[in-house]
Amino acid sequence: MIKSIKTWILVGFASLLLVACGQSGGGAGSKKSKTLDNTKKAGFVKCGVSQGLPGFSNADEAGNWTGIDVDVCRAVAAAVLGDADKVKYTPLSAKERFTALTSGEIDVLARNTTWTLSRDADIGLTFVGVNFYDGQGFMVRKASGINSVNDFKNGISACTNTGTTTELNMRDFFNSKNISYEPIAFEKADEVVQAYDAGRCDTYTTDKSGLAAQRTKLSNPDEHKVLPETISKEPLGPVVRQGDSVWEDIVRWSLNTMIEAEEYGVNSSNASSLKDSDNPAIKRLVGAEGELGAAFGLDNDWSLRIIEQVGNYGESYKKHIADTGILPNRGPNELWTKGGILYVPPAR
Amino acid sequence: MNFKNLKLNLSNKNKDLIPQILTILFLILVVIYFTINAQNNMGNRGISFGFGFLSQESSFDITFSLIDYDGSHSYARAFLVGLLNTILVSAIGIFFATILGVTIGIARLSQNYLVAKSAEWYVEIFRNIPLILQIFFWYFAALRALPLTVDSINFYDISFLNVKGWYVPKFVWVNFSVFIYSLIFALILIYFLAKYAQNQRDKYGKQIPTLYISISLIFGLPLLTFLFGGVSLSFEIPELTQLSKTVYVYRGGVSIIPELISLALALSMYTATFIAENVRAGILGVSKGQKEAAASIGLTKGQILKLVVMPQALRIIIPPTTNQYLNLTKNSSLAAAIAYPDIVLVFAGTALMQTGRAIEIISITMLTYLSLSLSISVFMNWYNKKMAIKEK
Repeated sequence: MIKSIKTWILVGFASLLLVACGQSGGGAGSKKSKTLDNTKKAGFVKCGVSQGLPGFSNADEAGNWTGIDVDVCRAVAAAVLGDADKVKYTPLSAKERFTALTSGEIDVLARNTTWTLSRDADIGLTFVGVNFYDGQGFMVRKASGINSVNDFKNGISACTNTGTTTELNMRDFFNSKNISYEPIAFEKADEVVQAYDAGRCDTYTTDKSGLAAQRTKLSNPDEHKVLPETISKEPLGPVVRQGDSVWEDIVRWSLNTMIEAEEYGVNSSNASSLKDSDNPAIKRLVGAEGELGAAFGLDNDWSLRIIEQVGNYGESYKKHIADTGILPNRGPNELWTKGGILYVPPAR
Repeated sequence: MNFKNLKLNLSNKNKDLIPQILTILFLILVVIYFTINAQNNMGNRGISFGFGFLSQESSFDITFSLIDYDGSHSYARAFLVGLLNTILVSAIGIFFATILGVTIGIARLSQNYLVAKSAEWYVEIFRNIPLILQIFFWYFAALRALPLTVDSINFYDISFLNVKGWYVPKFVWVNFSVFIYSLIFALILIYFLAKYAQNQRDKYGKQIPTLYISISLIFGLPLLTFLFGGVSLSFEIPELTQLSKTVYVYRGGVSIIPELISLALALSMYTATFIAENVRAGILGVSKGQKEAAASIGLTKGQILKLVVMPQALRIIIPPTTNQYLNLTKNSSLAAAIAYPDIVLVFAGTALMQTGRAIEIISITMLTYLSLSLSISVFMNWYNKKMAIKEK
């Protein structure tokens, strides 16, 4: 008996570690980027996305992925491989996402992921920027008479997703208000929506963009409303593995290029005609001046391809978030020049 | 001479031993290889390995806990909460699956056509639908069917059932320990009574009404503590409180969350089908001659079942039923789908996510399930041995 227990423990560990090994990705500290080489060899960018969040990453009936997170991966593919469609999408749950990235199953994680200190510093990840400034909010039934978070009282039950910062923020919030609450955390967003819809909980809490998107899935969306308060900062952005700084730079500047392009009024339809612009910043963006791509081992048209094939940030936001009715108002996700907080370092 | 003997030894004993040693060596090498590989890979990616995180503050709350817990406790405590919740739902599941399984199993052998057919239909329907679908069905069907808190189903003004759970009165004890001691004392007395009764039966063929004496002991002794031991019991009845215009909640009492109810329901209804088949097989496995022989020496129907049929049927029933208990325990990990805070949801879910320590947490969780299953196995094997034929 004892012997067989031991054998099972050994077998258990062996299979566990087998999973842990996976395939090897970016090498540490090398000047050349292993991830870039592997991506070029494979011919596609390995991108981790959500299991379906309208506006961010969502697949249609034909299996085509769209959303502003998806556009980050498309931008990387356009820069590195010359074709924005050369992306392989892997839908991941909140729980799986970081392991998938650190084990090399994916190379870019664009999955509405909140940038926090412990994630950045502790588990072998590097956040490269922010593509959506979000904040956690609450949704309630209009008939409930709750008009603000100050109307919450002891014993309220709140549904949310497990494995997210939401769960932690919710606790911080209720503790700070000294309210006892019943937390009900589901693994998948669809089950949260169903449970909230059935009345299992009085409020549904997650990122406000998520609330807006999930509200459309309720049986009577008009009977629900999102409370005005925002209880947390949720800067969502793409993530890469730690240790491949070239790849990290490529992803960071692919995103920055989209935002900078909007700032300078460069979009998918006018980009190529701006090659002889008078503004050097615009000329650098469309690859007519400087040798910026060489720093990552890319050609000089990398940023032009991003703008032409994917569009600038404003185009992406309008197409996926505004026109779909999720959040028509850009709020903090407006350029710094227009009263928002989108501000990227200059591409020069 | 001697040499020949040695050769003979080699071919008999050592021949078996050598492949075994080689296999174990190979396994050890494989484990070492993967450990080193994993360490290298983790090192390359800047991931550290260690169990220090277990003592850190977890900072997330859990809906339902058998022990005192909130987010200021450690991850280790959260693990314990999850483990206890897993054990709770498994124990409830095993209890009801056994009762339901035995009933259905016996019903399948009934002479009554309607009873036998209904039991057969039950088995065929519930064992052929994937468990996860049954869990979803019971959970969302229950949520949709149950009323909102304000129009709860009312049981005699002490217990209330609604979409947020089943609220029952809480027992408030005074001198609870005295009550428990009296219960333990009663159980010890019953044990000796059973020994004595068996002795009397074996020696003098005297029948002592053990059952009635036991029942009066187990109820009588604790009852006496109420009269003389200073024990008292009162109930805290759940009370409806209004939180806002349409939001109500029950305060006080004990709330049994719908996640637990539907998970336990799905697990026991599913596993009962397999246990029912085991019971049927066990009873059919006892030959008719045994019953006839027992009847011919004048045993009553109850005695035949208790003394002749069941001891033999149990030998057939126990081993496959052990498997079902193990399955039920492992299947309880599907809890994560409907937000029942078991070890998979709490520890291999939220805790894993917050700490990012996948390898550590998954190995702890695997070892936990392994030890849970092995404990059930060990217990059932002991019971099986006890029930096995004792050759004299």
